[in-house]
Amino acid sequence: MLQLDQSTYDAIVAHARRDHPDEACGVVAGKVGSDRAERFVPMLNAARSPTFYEFDSSDLLALYREMDERDEEPVVIYHSHTATEAYPSTTDVALAMEPGAHYVLVSTRSSESVDLRSYRIVDGEVAEEEVRVVPSLQSEHAESGPHPGPPQTEESAPR
Amino acid sequence: MSIEVRIPTILRTYTGGEKAVEGSGATLAELIDDIEGRHTGLRARLVDEKGLRRFVNVYLNDEDVRFLGGLETAVKDGDSVTVLPAVAGG
Repeated sequence: MLQLDQSTYDAIVAHARRDHPDEACGVVAGKVGSDRAERFVPMLNAARSPTFYEFDSSDLLALYREMDERDEEPVVIYHSHTATEAYPSTTDVALAMEPGAHYVLVSTRSSESVDLRSYRIVDGEVAEEEVRVVPSLQSEHAESGPHPGPPQTEESAPR
Repeated sequence: MSIEVRIPTILRTYTGGEKAVEGSGATLAELIDDIEGRHTGLRARLVDEKGLRRFVNVYLNDEDVRFLGGLETAVKDGDSVTVLPAVAGG
């Protein structure tokens, strides 16, 4: 399961829309091992293409150095598909080199509806996962709360 | 003195989990050969019959070696080499 706060979710979708008809790409960095997508980092698509994306080579080095200094890793790697669904292409699968990352795909083929999905891609295997959008990420120290699971239903909330 | 080579997460299976290894050589090709001697299998992930793999970026200090001399780029003690897989797709 990938948890995204609303503003990060909105930022990913807005970036994808802004760069349409070219593919947009970027990462959301978080502390190593935390699985918390905290720092939205839009990247330039050096390929400037509607069917391909690639981080610029020097931007890539700068990004990884910066993440290293901050003890971060790419928790999310996102990109858009501009004419097809939000599902990893053969190329996406072949080039996925971060087995720990959530690969987020956004489709911009419809200007009205949002199609954002998340996958793990490990050794050529694609596994879709749930995306949960929350108002804000729980504070890092509030993890002793109730066991994560389906949200408790409001008692006697009228429907 | 030697040359530090920083290894990305996905290739640390070849380095026993180490983030960086050390090696020597006068060119990037020699350096990769030297490291291959201790970390078998790494070279094939970096190089194919045509040279450096298209979707693996190798930097000498701050510069992508594609803009230097590729595998023939001269390296020396004290240099730092960074390997990063491209973040790319379709």
